Amino acid sequence: MTTWTSTPALGTSRRTGRDPAVVPGGLPRWAFVPAALGGLFVVLPLVAMGTRVDWTNYWGLITSESARAALALSLQTAATSTVVCLVLGIPLALVLARGRLPGQSLLRSLVLVPLVLPPVVGGVALLSTFGRRGLLGESMEVLGLQIAFSTTAVVLAQSFVALPFLVVSLEGALRTAGERYEVVAAGLGAGPTTVLRRVTLPLVWPGLLSGTVLSFARALGEFGATITFAGSLQGVTRTLPLEVYLQRESDPDAAVALSLLLVAVAVVVIAATHHRGPSR
Amino acid sequence: MTFELTATVPSRGVDVRLDVAAGRTLALLGPNGAGKSTALGLAAGTLRPHDGDITLDGRTLARARGGRRTAWVAAHRRRVALLAQDPMLFPHLSVRDNVAFGPRAQGRSRRAAATAAKGWLDATGLGDLADRRPAALSGGQAQRIAIARALAARPRLLLLDEPMAALDVDVTPQLRQTLQHLLAEQTTVLATHDVLDALLLADEVAVVDGGRVVERGPTAEVLSRPRSAFAASIAGLNLLTGTWTGDGVATATGEVVHGHATHPEVPLGTAMTAVFRPAAVALHLADPHGSPRNTFRGTVRTVEPRGDLLRVRTERLAADVTPQAVAELSLVPGRSVVATVKAAEVDVYRR
Repeated sequence: MTTWTSTPALGTSRRTGRDPAVVPGGLPRWAFVPAALGGLFVVLPLVAMGTRVDWTNYWGLITSESARAALALSLQTAATSTVVCLVLGIPLALVLARGRLPGQSLLRSLVLVPLVLPPVVGGVALLSTFGRRGLLGESMEVLGLQIAFSTTAVVLAQSFVALPFLVVSLEGALRTAGERYEVVAAGLGAGPTTVLRRVTLPLVWPGLLSGTVLSFARALGEFGATITFAGSLQGVTRTLPLEVYLQRESDPDAAVALSLLLVAVAVVVIAATHHRGPSR
Repeated sequence: MTFELTATVPSRGVDVRLDVAAGRTLALLGPNGAGKSTALGLAAGTLRPHDGDITLDGRTLARARGGRRTAWVAAHRRRVALLAQDPMLFPHLSVRDNVAFGPRAQGRSRRAAATAAKGWLDATGLGDLADRRPAALSGGQAQRIAIARALAARPRLLLLDEPMAALDVDVTPQLRQTLQHLLAEQTTVLATHDVLDALLLADEVAVVDGGRVVERGPTAEVLSRPRSAFAASIAGLNLLTGTWTGDGVATATGEVVHGHATHPEVPLGTAMTAVFRPAAVALHLADPHGSPRNTFRGTVRTVEPRGDLLRVRTERLAADVTPQAVAELSLVPGRSVVATVKAAEVDVYRR
């Protein structure tokens, strides 16, 4: 006897989450050709770089003093920048998604500017703000604070370019989640802060997580704004991308080895966000 | 009176006045877009009145004059809980934590909140679902949990916005029973377009149409003696208006409707209303000669299912007839019919 059930798991491929009985919608055959080219275009350079790696000396290359200093600095500054992005970006996304302020759409556009701006220009902008002769730099120098060409400058440069990633992800998640659960929670007597902590943030958790990972990845790979605003001083401002760029001239093997390290970090980061599946 | 609302919202064409006594349930009956949800939003604190006063247990929740707010209590400080057609259980919390949410949010200890949650879950008869996630509940179960969650927050006023509308027909009786049992002492405003909800759950009914309360009174009275055509149609009743002839109601189209008059001594020419249920109406293709019945000629406009019967609507009347009758008489839209109803089935009263 055959039993029919409406359990969605039945007849659903565990690997793809798709029902094998469903005929896929119309996809023109020719699309596979440029699609394959596109895939190759991304993967081939990474494979090519892998063929250039000097595997026998790999460990030595990535544990040299300058490499270790750069890696430690990169992880430390990228983690700090991610925290800065969370502290500033969560409220910013909340205001953009839920607020009803005048000029809010302008604010949204401005926040996204670092996303499309050449990072070097971002570095120049930061220098004009926090540099010794900058808008805020002069008065800060009076207070004995020098930001440009310090580790703090690295964190600022990274936060500047990474913040939009968090804000965009989180704002999108907040809009999708809507305000209806928040209205219900308020009716049950929960104040705005309780609602944020117990309802809003848990509901947008996937968006918040992917935003956090993306901004961490962007901070880790930051180059242009950093070298412009923070310079390249070993152990102070020379992060891993800067080290790769520097070694490319003097020690190409070391540059490739460190590049591969960055690729590995990127792959781990992408896997962490995308391999979570359609959990809801 | 514990809850009083007088408010206008010109942007939504709403101008309502409501009041509910402590522990009572008021049903707002009306079609979609009549202004029921606006009235609930005003009470819940999600909408602002342009003009008006909203008070609950002597506390002013909102007051506005000409669009200027002079008093405002935020939604979370009102002790007004809203339950909509969608249960909106927090998907990331277990059933138990959903029900405990209100007590926790109001500052009660974890243990006290858990005890309260258990009590309310048991009261809805769903105590054994406490550890489930909302995604693992049926629609009816989720809505009953949502009721438990709302009541666990001990609201001074409970707002129910079409709580049965999104549910399968076969689970609504159980939910109605749960509500009937739990709302006994709870001050409640229930928005619905289903007359059965009003009949079973509400002490009083306010009929809302076009943003205004057009009729109000004790449930049984409004539903059995609707004064507005709208109240009659939602009550599922036929309603014909006319003037008193001494033994019947003369309608504008020339029929005289005979029935059981509650005030037979009224002067001739008094505006009167005749009311009868669709189930009391029989349909024929030709005049059934010699029967002591009221007869109305008409044309079939629509035929739609109504439980085991079919509701046939003509220009002015609704008749509930069996599918066999519809087939035998081939009652399709456009068909001329004669509707008859026994005088004993008609109530006539003063408008």
